[in-house]
Amino acid sequence: MSSSYGDINVSGGIGLDSESAPFNLELARRNSMIERQGMKLPRYLKTGTTICGVVYANGVVLGADTRSTNGDTVADKNCEKIHYIAPNIYCCGAGTAADTEATTNMVASALNMHRYGTNGRTSRVITALTMLKSHLFKYQGNVSAALVLGGFDINGPHLFTVYPHGSSDSLPYATMGSGSLAAMSIFEAGYKENMTKEEAMKLVADAIKSGVFNDLGSGSNVDLCIITKEGKEYLRNYECPNPRPYASQSFSFAKGTTPVLRSTMLTLKDVVVEEGADAMEVGA
Amino acid sequence: MSYNGGAVIAMTGKECVAIACDLRLGIQNQTIATDYRKVFRVHDKLFVGLSGLATDMQTLSQRFAFRHNLYKLREERNMKPTTFANLVSHMLYERRFGPYYAEPVIAGLDENNQPYITGMDLIGAMAPASDFVVAGSSSESLFGVCESFWKPDMDAETLFETLGQCILTGVNRDCLAGWGAAIYIITPTGITAKTLKGRQD
Repeated sequence: MSSSYGDINVSGGIGLDSESAPFNLELARRNSMIERQGMKLPRYLKTGTTICGVVYANGVVLGADTRSTNGDTVADKNCEKIHYIAPNIYCCGAGTAADTEATTNMVASALNMHRYGTNGRTSRVITALTMLKSHLFKYQGNVSAALVLGGFDINGPHLFTVYPHGSSDSLPYATMGSGSLAAMSIFEAGYKENMTKEEAMKLVADAIKSGVFNDLGSGSNVDLCIITKEGKEYLRNYECPNPRPYASQSFSFAKGTTPVLRSTMLTLKDVVVEEGADAMEVGA
Repeated sequence: MSYNGGAVIAMTGKECVAIACDLRLGIQNQTIATDYRKVFRVHDKLFVGLSGLATDMQTLSQRFAFRHNLYKLREERNMKPTTFANLVSHMLYERRFGPYYAEPVIAGLDENNQPYITGMDLIGAMAPASDFVVAGSSSESLFGVCESFWKPDMDAETLFETLGQCILTGVNRDCLAGWGAAIYIITPTGITAKTLKGRQD
């Protein structure tokens, strides 16, 4: 696995290379000391999420809500949870936001490098799956990413779920995140084999909406991504069932409302003053 | 995040962006300084605000400056806001299991003078926004005022008044932040820095 050209690690910054230590733990001892002295640990951004996917007649549909939370506070009302892995593979992420983002980015760049080394052949979904689960297993569940991986390759459509500890399932329909039960109830009631694209899109959108309205950790809009042999269709904000219910009041403050003690124009640092330049020609 | 206290907001306008911080530095309930700025200039069109543990804020601001200097030597140009945000995200996620206790807020104008702002948690999960970003010990009350006062396409002066009211009223409900505020308004032609008068209790 360890393949380095000069000082550039081909397997990607924080990844896949089992010999090097990918995370810097310098501050861990200091942090546990100040925590013992009573400092409260700041909370990580989580995506208390509803994500799901379904296989239909000739492709896969992935879906996600768009709420990101920090404790009980909604940190982002319209975040993106369907991550790019390869042109034919996408991945929904639930759990700690930084972990899902970093893990999927790492696999995306590793697969990109892999395509360079294999004459640009289309990446396979199981390759992405294996990279994801071996990374997650290595960290024993501490990298908390729960994923729904979907794609279309030489072997047809694929859908997998990956758990934070590194186990995975291959399923015709799958849900993950805190809204997984709400979404699964819609799938269990409405799933059929060999659905059309429209049926599959409606089923996934209904499953996400079930999470949005019944799970507190999920909310806002529905994102969809459809992957077929022909390519992908990323439908960002496919449905927006939660528009702002009150009109913007359009508050405006009169100039000079805010009490100012000092006001200065800062000197720009990037402006080059050319000394001794020719004087500008004026007139003829 | 409540050891030293502090508040940071970034807000977008029409071809301008502004970033504000309060001025308090404390150690728990004891106020140490009332002129402590939490916003740093990366270059003329890019600022970063930091809230959290003061020691980590200082270390990080120095490492950001260092990395930007290296980038300028190699590339002979300034970093784009998105590039800088990705750099910050990587620097934080590298310490996933032993993080810096700091939440950065990045505000800048891109090459077309369009505003770019993003917030981040302490391990580098980016949350780019088109309206405003808040961080710090009073983030709940800051969310409240920003959500009702922000409106799209504000000019630089309106942006200043709006952001000024948001930071002053937001921190007044937080014991660990306040003692005045500093605002930087970034436009394509220049940067205006203003120090605001706030409550001294």
